[in-house]
Amino acid sequence: MFSTEQSCWFIRKVVCWRAVASIAWAVLLLLPITAVFVILSRFSLLHPIQTFSECLSFLTCASAIFSLILMCGVIIMVGFLNLEYYTVIPTIACSKIALLGQLLHPRQFVNSLAHCIMGIIVAWCCAVTLGGRYETIGYPCTQGDGTDSSPQMCLNEYHLILLLAGAFVGFSHSLLAVISNINYVSFHTVQQYKYLRFKGSLPFVVKCSAAQALYSVRNYIVVYFFLGYIPKAWICKTLNLHLNSSVHPLDSIAGLLDLSLLYHQWISASFLLFTWNITLLLFRIFVTEVYSFPVQSSFTEDAHQCLPKVLTDKQPMILKFLALQDVALLSQHSPSRRCEVFSLSQPGGHPHNWNAISKECLSLLADLTQRLVAYHDTVATNGRAKSLSTGSERKTSSETSFTSATEDLMSPRPTLLLRTPASVFARFVVGTPHSPLTAPFTPDLDSPFASPALRRLTAPLDQCSPWFGTVQSPHIMRRAPKLWSTSTDSQVNGSPPASPASVPSPKQEPFKPSRLALFLRNRKEQLPEASSQALFADSQAHIWALEGLSYLVQASFSEDQFGVIQTTLPSILGCMLILQEAVDRHFKLPHASSKPVRSASGMGDSTYKTLRFALRATLKTAIYRITTTFGNHLNAVQMSAEHRKRLQQFLEYKE
Amino acid sequence: MCSLALFPAPLACGQTTLCESNNELLSGTATDHRLKQSTHINYSVVLYFPRESLKLHCRTESSSKAAFLDHSETLWMRSAAAWRDGGLTGLLNEITNSNTEVPKWLSVSSGFTLALLRWFSSFHGSLFPHLTMSSENMLAEFSQVLNWSDCVVRAFAWHPHADKFAVALLDDSIKIYNPKSATTPTLKHRLQRSVAAVQWKPMCASALAVACQNCLLVWHVDPCSLSTRPSSGCAQVLSNPGHSPVTSIAWSPSGSLLVSASPMDTAMMVWDVASESCVPLQRVGGGGVTFLSWSPDSSHVLASTPSALFRVWETRTWTCERWPCVKGRCQSGCWSPDGSRLLFTVQGEMVIYVLTFGDTPGPQAAAVVADLSETTFNTADGDIIVGGEIHSLSWDPTGERLAVLLEGDPQAADRPAIIAVFKTRTNPIFELLPCGFVQGEPGAEPRMMQFHPNFQHGALLTVCWSSGRITHVPFYFLGAGVPHFGLSGSPSLPRPQERPADFANQSLFTELISLLLFFFTAFFFYITNNATLPPTVRSRSLKLLSNSKPTDF
Repeated sequence: MFSTEQSCWFIRKVVCWRAVASIAWAVLLLLPITAVFVILSRFSLLHPIQTFSECLSFLTCASAIFSLILMCGVIIMVGFLNLEYYTVIPTIACSKIALLGQLLHPRQFVNSLAHCIMGIIVAWCCAVTLGGRYETIGYPCTQGDGTDSSPQMCLNEYHLILLLAGAFVGFSHSLLAVISNINYVSFHTVQQYKYLRFKGSLPFVVKCSAAQALYSVRNYIVVYFFLGYIPKAWICKTLNLHLNSSVHPLDSIAGLLDLSLLYHQWISASFLLFTWNITLLLFRIFVTEVYSFPVQSSFTEDAHQCLPKVLTDKQPMILKFLALQDVALLSQHSPSRRCEVFSLSQPGGHPHNWNAISKECLSLLADLTQRLVAYHDTVATNGRAKSLSTGSERKTSSETSFTSATEDLMSPRPTLLLRTPASVFARFVVGTPHSPLTAPFTPDLDSPFASPALRRLTAPLDQCSPWFGTVQSPHIMRRAPKLWSTSTDSQVNGSPPASPASVPSPKQEPFKPSRLALFLRNRKEQLPEASSQALFADSQAHIWALEGLSYLVQASFSEDQFGVIQTTLPSILGCMLILQEAVDRHFKLPHASSKPVRSASGMGDSTYKTLRFALRATLKTAIYRITTTFGNHLNAVQMSAEHRKRLQQFLEYKE
Repeated sequence: MCSLALFPAPLACGQTTLCESNNELLSGTATDHRLKQSTHINYSVVLYFPRESLKLHCRTESSSKAAFLDHSETLWMRSAAAWRDGGLTGLLNEITNSNTEVPKWLSVSSGFTLALLRWFSSFHGSLFPHLTMSSENMLAEFSQVLNWSDCVVRAFAWHPHADKFAVALLDDSIKIYNPKSATTPTLKHRLQRSVAAVQWKPMCASALAVACQNCLLVWHVDPCSLSTRPSSGCAQVLSNPGHSPVTSIAWSPSGSLLVSASPMDTAMMVWDVASESCVPLQRVGGGGVTFLSWSPDSSHVLASTPSALFRVWETRTWTCERWPCVKGRCQSGCWSPDGSRLLFTVQGEMVIYVLTFGDTPGPQAAAVVADLSETTFNTADGDIIVGGEIHSLSWDPTGERLAVLLEGDPQAADRPAIIAVFKTRTNPIFELLPCGFVQGEPGAEPRMMQFHPNFQHGALLTVCWSSGRITHVPFYFLGAGVPHFGLSGSPSLPRPQERPADFANQSLFTELISLLLFFFTAFFFYITNNATLPPTVRSRSLKLLSNSKPTDF
């Protein structure tokens, strides 16, 4: 069930090839990385020349080549998982419970399992590379102290500890990936060539892989010290190996304090994480590369690949994001393509290109405004007996004017566009109005592993989640789901916002909230800033829409020959001013303007945490760009008195 | 090619340059200076910051240790403190110095490591000599302000759109003057030390970027706020390890990005200020970045290095062209308003070069457009030698006037620092024509200059003098390339009725124009003067000046 044929062409022809190119580069880079790893792992200060000759001879032997082939397989798998799980809109857990739900999700379980297995494979390759005492899992030994004992196979614990370290690092990597949103792909404001971007971020990747490996190994040692005997016994039992009692066991303090063992564990973990992070980095760089869409095409069969058509597509998200980025860039940098945007259609003389672009950008902005207003109202009426369903009375005057200003631009189609992550497999679920951002216990319906039947089953689960089952107090009912969760989906969807109190619940008899419910409620409200982050999770699209519109309007002052911009100028200004008002109001809320703690460690991209600040700055700059360009000519533009007052503030540089 | 010999002689002692009108620089004595200036709206504020009025830091923070009693700490505590304060070298130093308490092998080995580190850093320093300088000296060396360390006004910036400006003073405070507002906000911050440059964000009313010794600050000063001391919560701190001291900053003309440069860091930082994230653009050659200038069409960025090399970055994909110089480093540069020409000067040379950027892949070599080698003028007060190395360049936004700050020689009395102003012409070929020298009061040397970004009647040059005075010198002319809407674009003459003799001496053409303009502008000026400027503005701003002494806190 593919959403549209048009989105398919992009995934098929662009995204997949970009992913393949990034994996190919990662595989090519594997050879030098392995060589460096071999040298570092076998280096001895006293015999440098001997080290190099040993490394050279090792790299040409069969086992090294076999492990290299295995590693290539792992890299390809990692690259495939990257392509599978990446998203341009981060999934933001609004509470600790939600985060726990993400971690325990079946899809995440599969991911962790895959990482565990890959970790073991890489660790095996490392063990082969390190050689010596790490090389095999069993070794012939003579049990007992007498000479009469028969030779048998004993467990090589050094080999086992390395394999388990690989599994542990892989597992913790996949967990940390969820917490730090490692699958989120952000777009850069500075457009550099791929090679330069790669070169620029390489030192950071090295540093963060080494640091992450250090922490993982530390945790692993603690775990192994306490629980190491379990896998040891299990392996011995399954493989029919014996424990050599003459060798000191490794899950003791003396055994673990072996410096060379620690170093080898650390360098293996660093190697593992570095190869994976490099694959991820290359994938990010390749997939976010600017794609230049044609503004118009002379052939009708290519029309679906042109910018006006591509912009209006809902899926996949990556296509929409790249199209918006292209709009923002063409409006800044290429006069010839701007000229195409301002041009009129040949028979008829309609500015189709401009209409499509401006309509899409404005509907995006209007969508955000609506979302902000709804969120603000939810928070403002929090705890008070004011029903949300009476939508008419909470409309402020500005909102009324806003609807009048953008009515013609709002198409009747539902404006929910930016909710489902843009996984290649996510196109299965295009119609589902469920957001992965909200409910803590609902399984992520965009999972490729969830069957349609499961999805149908889980859809109403939203309301019968454990939370709804236990908490029946109307006070909490009204309050909790609204406060720190992004429950604005239904409103964004176009339907009037339903009051949570009127949700038909199987059990309606009121009783006191249980302790578990109170506990859950407290947990739910723990990450207050996250709800604000989740509200602006897709704001990169809005930022580009604002930039694109404002630069195009600025350029139209001298380049627009037919005056196509002039007809939309009032609605553009109106839309921006309303959004400005809504954003200002949002930033007056508690926690909205608090800066997130800067955590530079890890491969997770934390750009989404500051997107709301970027949006606020871009919005102001966009309005100023229009007012500085047009100056007092804007007085001739028709708009409401309130907007004119607001615009006057901008014209006088008092905002 | 233009040279200084074509210039009119500098003024006699006691005369100051007032303005340019009818292709001629008018001068007057110091006393009627302010009177004349005050006739012009909005630019009447002649700021004066006497050195005595500033409360300076008497001692630096590190030397405050001497005020406390010495008390013995354990070696571990001292080592931890040394690691925190001075990093690895500090720790090694501490261990080497306390050789009575540590084992001998440790102190010897740390001393050995320290010596090795020093040898290596001196080797690095011999490659790039500027790395051995202290950060204060480095700021003074690479600043666009002449004699920065001794200058009362350390940085100055006009707002690109609104009529206000920011002044950074020697006491590390920044004041914002707005003729339309009664409040003069003073910005102070714990990290705001040794301000090297300030710049307002374009397409924004409130954001001001400040290059400090250890970081970048971006202040958000609400223009409607009545507060005179915005809290340090209004400032965003942007810092990156190793990126200090910051000597130069530049906002993109579209207001979206900010670039910053430090001579200690080979990477130039491109900041997304709202999200406080940066992208380092690393190029090792040159050993640092000292001066940045963004072209007005936002397509190129000039980045000069401490070595004889500068780069021109192209801002779409952020690639750069390398431009090796023969003699010294690129000292200063400025872009033409359309971004097609770059004028720059090289340390150790007395000429101005031009690079032309256009549709062709790029220029091949720079051409010399002006020769500013030393020239002797005979004035009433004796011979004055003008010329020499160029400290900074400034091109007015209409592209008609170019101001050049000549370094002079601080030791020799007859070789003062001076501002030479050129007229620029682009058709049929690009050339510089002499206009004249801008001089201040006797004994005052120009330290820094900047053109007003949107002066209606020509160009307005703001000059900060060594005496702590800030004056504005208007150049009245009709711009050739700028479209004029109605009467507001025509040049208004400063009190033309006072100097009828001057008009009589002009040629017929100028006379006709002046007569026509006289009627129009006198009428129009009269209206605007009366309509827009309440008579109290001037007195209010003067009153403010007397109140503007730094507050005790």
